[in-house]
Formats: sequence, structure tokens, C-alpha cells
Amino acid sequence: MTLLNPTDPPPLVTLCGNPNTGKTSIFNRLTGLNQKVGNYPGITVEKYEAQITLDADHPAVLCDVPGTNSLSAHSVEEQIAILAIAGIPPLNPPDLTVVVVDATQLPRGLYLVLQIIETGGPVIVALNMVDLLEREGLEVDTEAMQRELGVPVVPVSGLTGEGIDHLRTRMVDVLDAPEIARAESRWEPDGAAVRADIDAVAEALPESWLRKSPARGQALAMWSLLSIEEHDELEYVSAGLRETVAARHKGADAAGRDLDREIIESRYSWIDGHLGRFLHETTRRRRSLTERIDAVMLHPWIGFALFLLVMGVTFQALFSWSAPAIELIEVGIAKLAAFTQTLLPDGMIEDFLVGGLIAGVGSVVVFLPQILLLFFFIGLMEDTGYMARVAFIMDRLMRLLGLHGRAFVPMLSGFACAVPAVLATRTMGRQRDRFLTMMVIPLMTCSARLPVYTLIIAALFPPSRIAGIFPVQGLLMLAMYMFSTVMALIVVAVLGRTLLRGEAVPLILEMPSYRRPHVRDVLRMMWMRSSLFLREAGGIILVCTIVLWVLLSFPKNPTLDTDYATLRTDAQETLSGAELDERLAQLADEEEGAIFRRSYAARMGQVIEPALAPLGFDWKIGVGIIGAFAAREVFISTMGVVYGVGASADEESPTLRSRIRDETRDDGRPVYTPLVGLSLMVFFALACQCMSTLAVVRRETRSWRWPAFLFAYMTVLAWIVSFAVYQGGRLLGFS
Amino acid sequence: MLTLDQMPVGARSRLESIDGDRTFRRRLMEMGLLPGTPVRLTRRVKVGGLVELRVRGCSVSLRVKEADRLRFVMDADP
Repeated sequence: MTLLNPTDPPPLVTLCGNPNTGKTSIFNRLTGLNQKVGNYPGITVEKYEAQITLDADHPAVLCDVPGTNSLSAHSVEEQIAILAIAGIPPLNPPDLTVVVVDATQLPRGLYLVLQIIETGGPVIVALNMVDLLEREGLEVDTEAMQRELGVPVVPVSGLTGEGIDHLRTRMVDVLDAPEIARAESRWEPDGAAVRADIDAVAEALPESWLRKSPARGQALAMWSLLSIEEHDELEYVSAGLRETVAARHKGADAAGRDLDREIIESRYSWIDGHLGRFLHETTRRRRSLTERIDAVMLHPWIGFALFLLVMGVTFQALFSWSAPAIELIEVGIAKLAAFTQTLLPDGMIEDFLVGGLIAGVGSVVVFLPQILLLFFFIGLMEDTGYMARVAFIMDRLMRLLGLHGRAFVPMLSGFACAVPAVLATRTMGRQRDRFLTMMVIPLMTCSARLPVYTLIIAALFPPSRIAGIFPVQGLLMLAMYMFSTVMALIVVAVLGRTLLRGEAVPLILEMPSYRRPHVRDVLRMMWMRSSLFLREAGGIILVCTIVLWVLLSFPKNPTLDTDYATLRTDAQETLSGAELDERLAQLADEEEGAIFRRSYAARMGQVIEPALAPLGFDWKIGVGIIGAFAAREVFISTMGVVYGVGASADEESPTLRSRIRDETRDDGRPVYTPLVGLSLMVFFALACQCMSTLAVVRRETRSWRWPAFLFAYMTVLAWIVSFAVYQGGRLLGFS
Repeated sequence: MLTLDQMPVGARSRLESIDGDRTFRRRLMEMGLLPGTPVRLTRRVKVGGLVELRVRGCSVSLRVKEADRLRFVMDADP
């Protein structure tokens, strides 16, 4: 045993396993609270890491590898597994790999275990859910399993924590004496032909992959043969290796051999030949709990009704349950702003802190309730195994759109808020599907559009009923929801067939066993994902808020046409009491409006007016649209300032409503007609006026290209459709 | 030899051959769906064209149309 030098970096332990094996529970059990979440370089795969203490003198770094059925890979995301487990640069080789295996799905778990043993590193198998297996009438003899595999096998329970201490002890043993967990490959490739193929590919492997071990060469050669193909998305694969693999596959095809099958079948024939030595039937096998639950959950009628119920609760939570928390945050931010104002003297610094910084932080934090709630429900669905059933039930509808069933939850969430919905797309495997879903989520009628619709509808449409039953205003609101949904479906269909065309990937949907959710794991996942949002999208949102604040509040002290100081003195001389206060408040609002109309934002509104005129909008609406980029509902307070009725105006404000009705153009015609209102609502439905969405898309796609495209296509689409509505309406004789 | 749409629910069969797109085939094989493997069809959703298969103790769902190059032979009744 070698004593660790205290300055050496602690040993690296990677944790891997099939998806849905309870790997996360075991990770949480081993790490406690000191996890860090980040991303693997260059891609959106969450990397969970933690410093742990196995015992007094055995610190270690535990790194979670995304769940996978096999080490073979076709995309960069899948490639993480082989890089992390075999320790291929740029990742460091682990000192130990712990594989979590679901005892109820032993053959599939063993397939992964065999591959990891082949790479030659020390391996411990953590056998999870042994208790569930017993309920199915089966039993694993871990001693025998250990003998057959040649590496330690430790039964554990992620749910109860049983066996975790034993796992820690075994990890210490292996870190001290790695050879006890190192086994030779359990099987040898069958036949001279496949051996020649493997040897030839091993020769072509880069030196940095091999780390001077011939066994490793064989493992990585098999990985290359199963993974590398013409259209893969792999990185770090040399041209030479690529050529060799292609040549070997071509040669095998010509000889009527299937290299993939030869390698995969050899592993499974080892499993088939040895499984019986450690997996025994205790009682007659019963129908598993999962099969019984699925008889209800996937029942054509009952299952669908339950599905609607689950989705209804989720949506209701995002939409309504989050409201009190959001309100609390908004009130808190307002209080903080007011408090800051009392602390500091009037001036630039106070203005910046209140209007820029505090407002900016507020606009980030305000998303937290919805993000936390959505991730709570998603975590619950994933942890129980229900998410796969959602994909199963929604597959037909989503397939019509060229999307995966898993796109349903993110798209539904978009009706509450696009920001958490975009974050939720990471439950989808394929990058193309993820990006396509992200590109249409912002079209869903999110809750920030509601106040804008409410204001416009209330101000411009009569509260009458059609045929005495259907309220016009309610119908209009419903129509806006349907309009945005239909537009989103059209855009998915178009983008999915053009820019984001993907080869149709056949669906392979694994249906994991149902499990009792582990609330602590769900809560932790929820918090980790949310903090990732705060860190990475929060910064961009903050900067955007500050830029908007500058545009809306500079230049300070412009020269105004009206002398408000004189008007104030006049009022003080002629009026008194309540009348005076009222007049002064009115003057203050008007002055604020006059100053605002000189601001950079107002000038920008005037600059873009020619572009907006064909839609029926004047420059003041243009300013509102610019302000709405911070968040759509800001449109209302911006209009309040533009029209000099104060920034505190909300969509229920009667003064703002009547001000909107009374606003006229230079020639005396009203600015706002029902047709303009309709055009404006259509514009709000389609335009991407939400910097937070853009920030979070940038974070998820790791590039500015996609948010730029999103902004461009939505703005163009909004302009065209609003143009069609307004000009078409005029042609039909509406004003 | 049968395709998935010809197999009755509950039927026990063996996979006879697996053809088609290489990636699809390889992913299925890595999940243990190899020629000779016993397979039971546990669920069929007619409207969606999905089936659920039980393979080596795991459940996998496939679209019937996409898995049309899988061939099965029914197990003889015991």
C-alpha cells in the first residue's frame, strides 16, 4: 500500500450505469451535499462532480457519467461515456469505475459491465434494487456473480441507503490495491476473421488512447468498430482510424459477415452462458409490479385520462401555483428598490441601482418559482419512470410533427413560460430534436403575454356577447391561444423539413420499471438545474436589463418644450389641498412622459416607425415594443410612461385604457382601432420579445447562432403576419 | 416468419433476423435483441402503431412501421 502524498490530487472515481438504474440516488448517497454541477467542455451534458471522503485518509473525486446502455457512441454526447471511463484525452483516466446495475435488468447491465472490464481499469459493480428483484421471485448470488465477473460486486439500495457503507469500504480497498478489481476480458472474440479486424483497428489507434496497455487496445478497437461510421458526430477520431474502421467494415460486408453482430453477440453469449450461475428463481415468477401498473397507465382510455390529469396538474402548477411566489419576489424586489431609494440621495447611482441592477436581478430571480416547479415535476416523472410512458402516449401526435414524444412536456410548459420550457428540452436525447423544440417553444402563449392581451382586449373590444352567449373578449383570448399553437405546429413542420431536417430516427423507447420516487433526489436535481440557470443565463439577462435601462432613461435632463417648473408654481398659487396634490401628481407623470419621449429608446421608436407603420403602429407603440424586450409585460408600464399616466399602470388601469382609446394620430383619427389591436396582439404572439428566452437558448445551444436565428425568424414572421392582418383588414373595409 | 404487425399480443417468439438501418439495428442488438433471443409482445397500441416488447427482462417500445425489418418465429406451444 502506498501512502498518499497530501499534495497529490485525490483519486478519480467515475460512476456509470444504464439509464434509470437509480445511479443518481447512489451518487447522492455517496456525495451528500457538496456536489458541483457544470458542463462537459463544449456540449450541454451536465457534469456532476463531488469531493468525497471515503474514510479518514481516503478523499476522492466522484464524477457522474450520463446513463448509457453501451459505451459505443454516435454523438459527442454519447462519447462522454467512453472518454470518461477509458480516460481518453482530454479527460483523465479514472482510478476506479463504479458501475450501477439494476438487478431487475441484469443482462443489460452486464453488457455494460463487460465493456468496462474490457477497458482494463479497476471496476466495482454496485448491484441496485436487489429487493425489487426478490419481489419478482428471483435472487442473485453476489458471491457467485463476483467470481464469474472477476471484480467486486456490492449489493446496495439507493432508496434506503443499505449497502452504501459497504460500497465505500470496497472502494477504499480497491483504491489501495487496484489489482483486486481488475479482471481480464471475460470473453475472446470468436473467429480468426474478427480477431484480425480488431487487431488491425488497434494498430490504427492514436498513441494517447492506449496508455501502453494491449488489452486496452483491443477494447478501444472494438469500441471504434461499433461506433465510428460515415455520418457519426464523434470528436477526437483521427482520419487514419476512421479509414481503417471503414475498410474493415467494407471487407466484412463483402465476406457476408456482420462485424457489429459478431462483437455484440459474443458479449451476450457470455452473459447467456453465465447468468444462470448467479441468478436463481426462488418462487414461480410473478407478473411484475411494473407490468400491473402499466396495464392501467398505458390503457388506451384510462391511461390517456390519467396522462391528461398529470399534465393538467403540472400545467396548473406552473401557471397558478407559482403566482404567489412570483408575486412575493416582485414585492420583495420593489421593497428593496424603495429601501435603496430612501438610503441613497437622488441621482445617477441611485437610479442605476434601482432601475438597472435591482430590476435586473429581479428579472432573473422571478423565473425561479416556475423553473423550480417544472423541474420538480419533471424530476418526479423521470424518477418514477413515468416520463417514458409520456413519450409512449404522445408518440403518435409528436411523430406527426416530426418530433419525439419527449418534446411534449417542454412544449406544454411553454404555455407557462418559455425559459423553464427551454431548459426542459434536455430530457430529449437527440440534438436536432432539442433544437427544433427550442425554436418553437417561444411561440407558445406564455403567461407574460396575458397582461398585454388583457389590456388591448379590454381597451379596444366591447364586453358584448355573440349570440347572447359567447363573450367577445373571452373568445378573443381563446383565439389567441389557438392561433399561437397552430403557428407553432406550422413552424415545427416547416423547420423540421428544412433547416433542422433530420433523418428519421427510428424510435427505441426503453420502458424502465416503476419506482418509488426519492424525494430528496428530485429536490436536489431541481435545485442543481435551477442554479445552473441562475449562473449561466442570469448574467446575460442582467446585462440586457441594464442596457435597456440605459436606453429608456438616458439622456438625463433633456430640454423639454413645456416648462413644468412654471406649471408647478402656477398650480401651487392657484390650487390647494387635494386638488393641488392631484394636479402635481398629474404634472409629474406628464413630465416623466415628456422626458421619456426624448430618451434613446423613444428615438429608436421613431427610427423604426416606418417599419411599423404598415402594421398600423406608431412610434409610441414602437417604444413599447422595445421596452417589451425586457419581458413582454413591460410593454404595459412602458406605455404608461409614454402616455404620461405613470409607470405603475397595469393592465387593469382604467386611465391607461381610456388613454389608449383616446390616443389620436396627427390627422385626428384614433391610433388604436380594433384592427390595430388585433395586429398588435398578433405581433406579440409571434415576435420573440424576451431576452431571457434568448439568453437561455444561447446557454442551451452553446452558440449565439441559434438565439440570433430564433429572434430573426420570429420577428420576420410577426411582421409578415401582422402586416397581413392589418392590410388585409383594411382591404376588407375595417379601419 | 412474422413481422411485428402480424404477431398477436402475448405471443412468445424468437427473433429470427434483424435488418435495416445500421444504427437502429446495432442499438437494438446492444439492448440484447439478437437473432435467437426470446421475445414476447406485451402491448400493442393500434392507433399509434406502437408495440411493447419484453426482451431479456426489459421492456422496449418500437414503432411497428420502423421495425418492419425484424422477423420473428413463433415458439411452438409447449
